[in-house]
Amino acid sequence: MPDPLPADSVGLVTPQTYHFDTPLELACSKVLCRYELVVETYGELNASASNAILICHALSGHHHAAGYHSADERKAGWWDSCIGPGKPIDTRRFFVVSLNNLGGCHGSTGPSSTNPDTGSLYGPDFPVVTVTDWVNSQARLADKLGIECWAAVVGGSLGGMQALQWSLTYPERIRHAAVIASTPRLSAQNIAFNEVARQAITSDPEFHAGRYSDNLTLPRRGLMLARMVGHITYLSEVSMGEKFGRELREEAYKFGYDAEFQVESYLRYQGERFSESFDANTYLLMTKALDYFDPAYEFDGDLAKALQGARCEFLVLSFSTDWRFAPERSEELVKAMIAARCKVSYAEIDAPWGHDGFLIPTPRYTDVFTAYMDRVAREVGA
Amino acid sequence: MRADLEIIQQWIKPGHHVLDLGCGDGMLLDFLQRERGASGYGLEINPAHITHCMSRGVSVIEQNLDTQGLANFDDNSFDVVLMTQALQAVRRPDKVLDEMLRLGNEGIVTFPNFAHWRLRWGLALSGRMPESEALPYKWYNTPNIRLCTFQDFEALCRQKSIRITSRKVVDGQHQNSWVARLWPNLLGEIAIYRITRENSQ
Repeated sequence: MPDPLPADSVGLVTPQTYHFDTPLELACSKVLCRYELVVETYGELNASASNAILICHALSGHHHAAGYHSADERKAGWWDSCIGPGKPIDTRRFFVVSLNNLGGCHGSTGPSSTNPDTGSLYGPDFPVVTVTDWVNSQARLADKLGIECWAAVVGGSLGGMQALQWSLTYPERIRHAAVIASTPRLSAQNIAFNEVARQAITSDPEFHAGRYSDNLTLPRRGLMLARMVGHITYLSEVSMGEKFGRELREEAYKFGYDAEFQVESYLRYQGERFSESFDANTYLLMTKALDYFDPAYEFDGDLAKALQGARCEFLVLSFSTDWRFAPERSEELVKAMIAARCKVSYAEIDAPWGHDGFLIPTPRYTDVFTAYMDRVAREVGA
Repeated sequence: MRADLEIIQQWIKPGHHVLDLGCGDGMLLDFLQRERGASGYGLEINPAHITHCMSRGVSVIEQNLDTQGLANFDDNSFDVVLMTQALQAVRRPDKVLDEMLRLGNEGIVTFPNFAHWRLRWGLALSGRMPESEALPYKWYNTPNIRLCTFQDFEALCRQKSIRITSRKVVDGQHQNSWVARLWPNLLGEIAIYRITRENSQ
């Protein structure tokens, strides 16, 4: 934590754990009888509970979206650039709720939690959850927090899918949905990349069909490879080129197979670090949630028909160099929203960072996001 | 309110679904939503304008008519398609007019008159490309790449079998002056046309 603390930081935050005893029926038709969600909140809920914002996280995200857990923590929460006093999601006006989703590995019930029925870890037996399951569990959380209607549900990438799903599953409980760097469904190419990641994990000899904990080991290689592949899809060719080019770690070629180019050692480092801190079963589950997401599926593939039930207003943002969920995917979503006569605003942010652009503040992104959220705040009297 | 917008808003009925091509900072759409109970979208490419639209609650879509077209909008999906002071800035105004009447039952178009007497006089006298309040640019940096006169526009409409159902002419201050009505192609600075397809009601 920097000293002194910047004025636009939410400062020290403490996660809370909420217990749920009402059985949750999942899309896969299994039932979770009991579960926990770990949650962080920033700002104050107003008297009419009209100023609540739900933050939905992406593939490897969690509840720690802003601020610091301790004075020793070096890096702030994953979306600290957008959440805080005076930031686009202004914590002086909004009550911000950020959770770790079901199936996660940062404290909410997931594969690395103990199954209360058996007393042992869920591991690979934890049910595959979908975006809709998450939204249902988030609605239970909203009930518990006394939030009848969100001022906005906001998310990037897989988080954006949750915001979109909220508008369809609970149209009366959401005023605005911000769908950022997202897509209404994964393309074959997107699914293909996820499959490579899953294969990397499941083919690691240390994976043991997901029961690596029982074998006191971790599929580190597999998870590292999965992350390396994923990471490439988060960056753009331009940003990788600018960051690494063809730069070597040492001066001359060595004619061997060690990491010689800077980009190789960067990817290895990112992959290794990730494999130490993330659960492999959770990674598999999250990629499946991505693959399955397709709100148009029940409407004969007609997204506009799916959106006819939505009542909220939408903000859709894309990033020019994002090739994972390219601007065309957002435009596809906007086209369907227009056909369904939804209120929607759309901007394509010119930024070099690829898919990661939604995490990195650029002036235009900040301007647009701030303007939209400021209007949301005015509308709900925050 | 600007006189041209004042005229336009009178043509929008409650509940009308409106598309505004080149909606600027969203002032007109905002007014139509609040005062006329209309709904709809604005298309814009200027980042500052887009931000302004968002902050006033106007649904704005970042979309470039020249490069992206309007294919993402369905046939007959709007009651009115508006284009105020932007027709002269697109690459193919003729195609935009076709698209307007594909999407909308009715089109409303406003643009500056290049045959206004002051522009004619300026060109005749100085031999340089004219500038005016409505056209405050140099020839090399102007966004107005398809300037035309009222007569040019009306000739194009005839050629395309587009029916002009109404025409109002205002001066540079957007006032609906009697002078401009007298001899529009010479004295009018900005015209506001209502157009429909020839066969529609």
